[in-house]
Amino acid sequence: MQYRRPSPRLWLARQAVLGLASLVLVVILGVWGGLFWGGPGGLAGIGAGLALAAGSWLVERGRYRSWGYLERDEDLVVQRGLVFHRLTVVPFGRMQFVDVTAGPVDRLFDLATVQLHTAAAATDARIPGLRSADAAQLRDRLATLGEARASGL
Amino acid sequence: MPLATSQAPALSGTWSRLHPLSPVARIGITLGALLLAGVSLVSGAQTSSGRTAEALVVAAVAVLGMVASVVSWLVTRWRVVGDELQIDTGLVYRQSLRFPLRRVQAVDVVAPLTARILGLAEVRVISAGTGHRQHGRLAYLSNQDAAAVRAQLLALAHGLAAETPEPPALPLFRVDNGRLIAASLLRGAWLLVLVLVAVGAILAAVDPTGAGGAVRQGGADAATSLITGIVTGLFALGLDAARSVNGDFDFTIGQAPDGLRLHRGLLQKRHETIPYGRIQAVRLIQPLLWRPFGWARVELDVARQPEARRQGEARQLAHLLAPVATLDQARWLVGQVAPGAPATLARAGAPPRRAWFRAPLSYHYLSAWHDARWLVTQTGRVRPATVIVPLEKVQSIRLSSGPLLRALHLANLRIDTAGRRWVAAAPCRDADEARALVDQLGGLAWRARRLSW
Repeated sequence: MQYRRPSPRLWLARQAVLGLASLVLVVILGVWGGLFWGGPGGLAGIGAGLALAAGSWLVERGRYRSWGYLERDEDLVVQRGLVFHRLTVVPFGRMQFVDVTAGPVDRLFDLATVQLHTAAAATDARIPGLRSADAAQLRDRLATLGEARASGL
Repeated sequence: MPLATSQAPALSGTWSRLHPLSPVARIGITLGALLLAGVSLVSGAQTSSGRTAEALVVAAVAVLGMVASVVSWLVTRWRVVGDELQIDTGLVYRQSLRFPLRRVQAVDVVAPLTARILGLAEVRVISAGTGHRQHGRLAYLSNQDAAAVRAQLLALAHGLAAETPEPPALPLFRVDNGRLIAASLLRGAWLLVLVLVAVGAILAAVDPTGAGGAVRQGGADAATSLITGIVTGLFALGLDAARSVNGDFDFTIGQAPDGLRLHRGLLQKRHETIPYGRIQAVRLIQPLLWRPFGWARVELDVARQPEARRQGEARQLAHLLAPVATLDQARWLVGQVAPGAPATLARAGAPPRRAWFRAPLSYHYLSAWHDARWLVTQTGRVRPATVIVPLEKVQSIRLSSGPLLRALHLANLRIDTAGRRWVAAAPCRDADEARALVDQLGGLAWRARRLSW
């Protein structure tokens, strides 16, 4: 079975945030280098800022690509993490509640995060970057499945 | 116990107050402390006017405390309606608590020293779920009422008729008090104190040969602070040991049809009940200093509110199956609450040899194995711990791996239950095996849930 991925819009949103942050970083490093060591220092600062931005871009891309979720007959599988890989399996019958959250950036890009909660505090099943309509759909589907298969503690 | 039931009208749905002596029991200890503080303050004051002022302050605080607890008693009422325990309390902030008894995890009876002297006891209803901010506490009822209330709440919690008397318990296990005291004194922290003593001795021995006076002075200072540290440490250790002896004295477990009955305590008596179905996990630990004696501790994890963050409360509510027992007894006890669990170490469940690179110290103790109903994991070098999880209680399964583990083609497996205290961890499994295990355990857990229904 194929893992489903967050919406490509999540990558767009992440890139937008990253781009803004990188711009600020490049300006600061450039100005700082220029003030202390003149023209070459400024260039070096800009170069360093760009390198950092490129590095974070690669890491972010890896992290974005690592997200995946899979609805199976009896459980939901969520995997994530580039360096530290994590995979969580939550049986539908164990779901206590599902919540959908969207921060300001998420809302700008029409995205939402779906989070599953079980009676165990350690469970961390979170699916970010779904289109709000998809997220609402997934939430309702999970809630129905959870109710149908609910079992006591 | 029809007689006892008739004495508590709240059980038949009438709003009632708690026992009239509750305010006294509640502030008994505080009042005593206050009196002591007052006496020492008054005798320490210089002038007679200062004396009267301080006496007045202490008296005012005492009276305020009295009034507050009386008011709290006045505004608190409770009853049992249908299968719900209802408590209304609070003067300024009214609080209406409703505890559906089918969700009750355990019903405890606790009698602190002052309450015991007055013949009172507190009934504590512990429920799962995150909605409630606190446990249902009925502080205090008379001993007789407390027993009756507990019997009825337990009966209702099991979906039986309210009049069902508390079923008799068969004695299962009793902890030897001498061994409990010895075991409480054998803490790993003693080793730290020993190290400190050794360092102190070396410093003292080196000190006289110190070249300059300044060095000598420094050495002496270090030695004195070390000694202070050691004395403080010893005091803390003694206090800790005393607390655990006080809490677990006369520890007995009984087996009743509906659950385990725990009785324990020296100054403060506790009577706890753990329904079998609520047990989320069992853990068997062998602390370092107990191993030469072949002793072990058996703990239970029961689903409870996340509020257990309040450490004092968590410690009080900790459910032990045996504070200390021989290894054979411990295994037998585990078998009693987890019938058929394969509780003896299976080397077949060891992780692959290359896991040694990731966990060189504990590799020898790592192990995980399962059958159709139970999952058993073993971890830890200093304190080998065996965790037994009924598969029907599994809440989620997690797999994680960092760069080192991935390079070794290994992964950590974690099994979460609704218990709050520990997870079953199977570190450093072969990555492919772990991935297969996730699906396999998921399927087994699903089947186990189906069967248990």
